[in-house]
Amino acid sequence: MINVHFFAALREQLKCNEIKLNAASPITVKQAKQLLVEMHPNWQQFLLNNSLLTAVNHELVEEDYVVNLHDELAFFPPVTGG
Amino acid sequence: MQDHTLFSKHSTSDTPNSSENVAIAPSKADRIIIQIEDFVLSDEIEILEKNNDEDGAVVTFCGRVRNNNLGQKVKGLTLEHYPRMTEKSLQNIITNARKKWQLGRITIIHRVGKLLIGEQIVFVGVTSKHRGNAFAANEFIMDFLKVKAPFWKKELTETSETWLSTKVSDTLKAQEWQHE
Repeated sequence: MINVHFFAALREQLKCNEIKLNAASPITVKQAKQLLVEMHPNWQQFLLNNSLLTAVNHELVEEDYVVNLHDELAFFPPVTGG
Repeated sequence: MQDHTLFSKHSTSDTPNSSENVAIAPSKADRIIIQIEDFVLSDEIEILEKNNDEDGAVVTFCGRVRNNNLGQKVKGLTLEHYPRMTEKSLQNIITNARKKWQLGRITIIHRVGKLLIGEQIVFVGVTSKHRGNAFAANEFIMDFLKVKAPFWKKELTETSETWLSTKVSDTLKAQEWQHE
């Protein structure tokens, strides 16, 4: 099980803060996105947006990063603080 | 004052004895605060200066909500963040600043929630023996906070609420430090 969090504009587009992803073994970020799109086909246009950032256990990672079971995965738009 | 006595990075990808993976312990002089409430500038300056006779320079920056953006009248902002990742990201930025310059105390305060025109959003305070390091480190911290720390602004105007996009100028400003 992988906990997935969404923030800001993406959270509003998906109408979802958090979801649990059933994965039997570690998967890449890219595969995690594909699984989410299989569960929610209408999320495709938002999740496959190239500008989206990904964090695993609070560190920014790339698409090929391997997410372990029980990791915290998060997707969000480019940041705009300060 | 936050007391970080021990800091270790936990990741399955960590290789023991590899210097690249050894996290530098955050300094006890680091304060990182994410809060809804406002802060008082004079109190923050006092915390940077009190019992700190070795540092001659105190450089502070305060960012506020302005009433205009891209030609639009703005009523206020709503700020969202990613708890825990925010603190980790700001600590990384401070650690990188401490690698580049000899610094004394560092404070970062960032507010979240709903903020109206003129309200304070962010505070960065840095002390050092002489002004050069504190000036440079303060700007470095703000430049990376803008592009790395997981905060998002939603702008409220008379007619709409819109999530802001990253400014290209902010991205370029952070990139400039790579050539330093």
